[in-house]
Amino acid sequence: MSEVLTPVNPVEPFLRAERMPHIWCPGCGIGTTVNSFARALIESKVDLDRVAIVSGIGCTGRVAGYLKLDSFHTTHGRAIPFATGLKLANPALQVVVYSGDGDLFAIGGNHLIHAARRNIDLKVICVNNLIYAMTGGQTAPTTPGAAITTTAPYGVYEPAFNLPALAEAAGASYVARWTTFHVRQMARSMQEVFAKKGFCFIEVLSPCPTLYQRRNKMGDGLDAMKFYKEHSRTRNGAPTGEVGLTRDGEIVVGKFVDRDRPEFRDLMRDRFTHQLGDRYVDDAEMAEHPHCGGEDGA
Amino acid sequence: MEADPRGVLTGVHFIDGDHACCEGALAAGARFAAGYPITPSTEVVERFASRIPTIGGTFIQMEDELASSIAILGAVWGGAKAFTVTSGPGFSLMMEHIGYAAMTETPCVFVNVQRGGPSTGLPTLPAQADMMQARWGSHGDYEIIALCPNSPQECFDLMIEAFNFSEQYRTPVMFMMDEVVGHMTEKVVIPAPDRIRLYPRRHTRKAPGELNLYEPEEDLVPAMAHAGEGYRFHVTGLTHDERGYPAMNARAQDRLIGRLQEKIRRAAESLALFEEEAVEEADVVVISYGITSRVAQRAIDMARESGLRVGKFRLKTVWPFPDAHIRRLAAGARALVVPELNRGQIVREVERAAAGAARVVGVPHAGGSVHRPERILEAIREAAA
Ligand SMILES: Cc1ncc(C[n+]2csc(CCOP(=O)(O)OP(=O)(O)O)c2C)c(N)n1
Ligand code: SF4
Ligand SMILES: [Mg+2]
Repeated sequence: MSEVLTPVNPVEPFLRAERMPHIWCPGCGIGTTVNSFARALIESKVDLDRVAIVSGIGCTGRVAGYLKLDSFHTTHGRAIPFATGLKLANPALQVVVYSGDGDLFAIGGNHLIHAARRNIDLKVICVNNLIYAMTGGQTAPTTPGAAITTTAPYGVYEPAFNLPALAEAAGASYVARWTTFHVRQMARSMQEVFAKKGFCFIEVLSPCPTLYQRRNKMGDGLDAMKFYKEHSRTRNGAPTGEVGLTRDGEIVVGKFVDRDRPEFRDLMRDRFTHQLGDRYVDDAEMAEHPHCGGEDGA
Repeated sequence: MEADPRGVLTGVHFIDGDHACCEGALAAGARFAAGYPITPSTEVVERFASRIPTIGGTFIQMEDELASSIAILGAVWGGAKAFTVTSGPGFSLMMEHIGYAAMTETPCVFVNVQRGGPSTGLPTLPAQADMMQARWGSHGDYEIIALCPNSPQECFDLMIEAFNFSEQYRTPVMFMMDEVVGHMTEKVVIPAPDRIRLYPRRHTRKAPGELNLYEPEEDLVPAMAHAGEGYRFHVTGLTHDERGYPAMNARAQDRLIGRLQEKIRRAAESLALFEEEAVEEADVVVISYGITSRVAQRAIDMARESGLRVGKFRLKTVWPFPDAHIRRLAAGARALVVPELNRGQIVREVERAAAGAARVVGVPHAGGSVHRPERILEAIREAAA
C-alpha cells in the first residue's frame, strides 16, 4: 500500500534531478540500462563517494552526466585511457566506463583491447545499439550485415565485431552480455563486477528505435523487447566465439567469462617489489597525494 | 608550498635536457606520467620510469599518444600532478586533449621535444616549427601557456614553472623543447627541496553540496576537487555552466570561452618570463627563444665586436605572447631580428606586436640543424644599415 502511495523510483536518488528531462528518445534502451546500473549500485552497497563514472561521446556517453556520482564526459573513444589514469592515481576508486559500441570499439577499440590486456581494474559497460546514434545512424563496427544505415543505404556488407569474443581474447577477466529485456540479469552482472577485480566487460544490447529499429523496419522500443525476448537464449559459459550477432538471428546472452588473472596494479607491485625490495614505494599506501598541496591554498 | 623531498635530486649533475626535464617534473611533484615512445623525447619518460617506483607514483606506457594525453587528465582528476612527453607526430595526435584540458581546466604539462616536420620529418634533428601548433593546434578558441627552455638547467627550472603555471591558472602548459636542448649535456644544479616553491593544487575549501565546480574565483580561475572525495561533480568537454553541466547556447559559450581566455590574458604580464640585455641603447634587438637563442648570442657578440649596438631579448614564455615587451622594444630600437628554426612563425607575432614601430627581420631556417651564427649576423647587419 505504502508503495502505491509513494511510487518513488528507486533510481531517482542516483540521478541529477536538476538535469532532467534527459535527452534520450522514447523507447530508447539506454535509460533501461541506467535503471539496472542504479539497482546494482544499491545491491552492491558500494560507497557511492568512491565510484567514478567515465563516458565517451554519444547518446550513451551522456550517461555520466545524469548520474549523481563523480562523473566524466570525456572525448570520443577515450573514456578508457582517461579511466586508466584516474584509477591509477586513485586506486581506491571503483571506476566504471559507460559508453557506446562505436565509442568503445571503433575509435576507442585500441584502448579497449590494451586495457583488457593489462587487466586493469575497470568495469566497462557497453550499450550496443548496433549503430552510431548520436550522429544520426551511421554504420558502427557492430552493425550486423544487411542492416540499413545512413552511410550504408544499400545495407551493411562489412563483417561486424563479436564484442565478447574480442574482450575475452584481449584478456578481460569478466565478460557478459544481456539485452535491455534482461533487466535483472543485467543488474546482477553489474553488481558482480563491483566485486570482481580486473578488467570487466558487459555488453548490453539496447534498442535505438529512432535510428536503427525504424530504418530497418524493426518497429519501436516495445517491438525490440519482444524481439529480444523471443530471440534470446541464455548460455552462461558459452564459448564467446559462438556468440556473434546477426540482424535477425539468435541472441546468446549470459555470463561467458569469469576468470582470475592478475590485475595491473598487483603485477606492478609484484614486479617492483621483486626488483627493488624495500626501496619500492607503493603510492596506493600513501596518504592521498600529499605532494599536490591540496587545501592549504596558494 | 615547498617541494616534496622525495622527488628532488638535490646536487650538481651533468645531464641532458631530457633528463633535466624529468627531474624538473619530479621536483614539481609530478607523480604520474603517461607516454608513448618517440625520438627525441623518450629519455624523459625513460628516466621517469626508472625513478618513480622508489618515489611513489606511476609511469604507464600507453598504446598511443591519444591515450597518454588523456590518461594524464584522468590522473589529475584522481588527485595527481601529471604530464606527458612527445615530439612532432605524437604532438599532432594529442591536440584533441589539449583542448579537452583547456575546456575542463585540468592542470597538466605537455612536453614537446621538437624535431623537424611535417609528418615524420627529421626524427633525430632539431626544429622549432611546432610553436604555432602549440598555440592553435586544438580546435576552437582558447588561450594557452607555452614555455621554451634553452639549456638543460632551464629544462629543470622552467619545468617547475610550467607546473606552477598550470596549477595557478588551471590550464595545460606546453613545454616546448627541441632536439638539441633535449640532447645537450650540461651542468644542472638542483636546489634543496625547501628552495623550490610550488603552487599547490587549487582545491576547493567548500564542502560537498556547496561546490559549483566551475564557479570562478576572483582571478577567474575556479577551485577544483578530486574524484572520490564526496563532491559527486561532473566534468564535460561540452560547453558548460558553473555547475559543470552542459549548457549549449551562445550565452553560455560566450561566458565560458570568454573566461577561459581572459583568465590567461589578464595574467600575461606575470606569465611573461624573459631575459634581456642592453636593449635600451640598442639599434637592433635580436629576439629569439630555445636553442636558437644560444646561436644568436654568438651572432650578437660578433656584431658588438664590430661596433654595432645590439640588444638581446630571449623569450622564455612564448605564449601568451609578451606583446607589451615587444612594443617596448619596438619603440626603442630601429629593427628587431627574429631567428627561429622554422620558416617564420614567431616573427609574425613580433610583427603584429611591433605594429610598424620598428622594422622586423626574420631569419628563417627549415630545421635539421641550428643556424650558422654568420647568417644571423648578416641579418643584424642588414637591419642595422
Ligand atoms: C573525434 C570525434 N569524431 C567524431 C565525433 C562524432 N561522434 C559523436 S558520437 C559518435 C558515435 C557514437 O556512437 P556510439 O559510441 O555507438 O554511441 P551511441 O550514440 O550509439 O550511444 C560520433 C562519430 C566526435 N565527437 N569526435
Ligand atoms: S537516437 Fe537512439 S540511442 Fe540516441 S537517444 Fe534516441 S533512441 Fe536512444
Ligand atoms: Mg551506438
